[in-house]
Amino acid sequence: MKNNSEKNQRKRNDIILAAVILIIAVAGFLFLNATKKNGSYVVVKIDGVEKYSYSITENITKEIITGENGEYTNTLVIKDGKASVLTANCPDGICVGHREISFVGETIVCLPHKVVIEVKKEASNQNLDAVV
Amino acid sequence: MNERTKRIAFLGITTSVALILAYIEAILPPIWTAVPGIKVGLPNLIIVLVLYRFGFKYAAIVSGIRLIIVSMLFGNVMTLAYSVVGAVLSLLLMSILKKTDRFSTIGVSIAGAVAHNLGQIIVAIFLFETVQIGYYMVVLAVTGTIAGVFIGIGSNFLLKRTDSIKI
Repeated sequence: MKNNSEKNQRKRNDIILAAVILIIAVAGFLFLNATKKNGSYVVVKIDGVEKYSYSITENITKEIITGENGEYTNTLVIKDGKASVLTANCPDGICVGHREISFVGETIVCLPHKVVIEVKKEASNQNLDAVV
Repeated sequence: MNERTKRIAFLGITTSVALILAYIEAILPPIWTAVPGIKVGLPNLIIVLVLYRFGFKYAAIVSGIRLIIVSMLFGNVMTLAYSVVGAVLSLLLMSILKKTDRFSTIGVSIAGAVAHNLGQIIVAIFLFETVQIGYYMVVLAVTGTIAGVFIGIGSNFLLKRTDSIKI
């Protein structure tokens, strides 16, 4: 009998552990949702360096060219206050499959091309190649 | 057969199976492209098995060899960084929970799966500074828990089936 009650005790602990993880996850989700804000700028970072910055209110289509010989492309589209990647020639296509982003801190990452597209609250003061 | 030979043979087999499981997982299509990193973590079946059968040291050896070979075969330096941090956290937490003797293999593997995801998220935070990673962790905590349940059930089954192997 002792063995059996130990088993039940373990089962109960397993459930508590899973419940705690899920509660933390839900709490984290609610916290992130409660603190999210609409962004006003879309920033493009290539290999960690900020290269382009656009207002999220404009409608643009921009080819982001990277790679040593300019062989990598990601097409950034900003439309109706949302940014997304329309096409890309990276092998995984995760950036293209990513949903549109519009809240501060949201990003679309193209790992193979080292491109990060991020929504920001304010334009940074760094010297950019192109400020539109 | 002496014990040492038996052990080497068993570890060889388990490491190979872990590699095959990693390969199967690598060729499966991604479960949800919006959140890269959702996986069942099939090789963890073997890690849990070895952890329970032979203890932490051998689980670490199998896990380490698997990581090196998998990243040479199907990955790159980047995937190695992600998986090393994930695997180390995962194995440490699993072995701590196992030591407390208060959780079944299911609880242990849930912790392992979520810790693995947490490790990857920590690497991602260093690579990209963005709050969105927080959302990833939320999703991964849920999918990791589900994956952990399945791996725990599977490992239990494997442990029972390999009960005759005494080392």
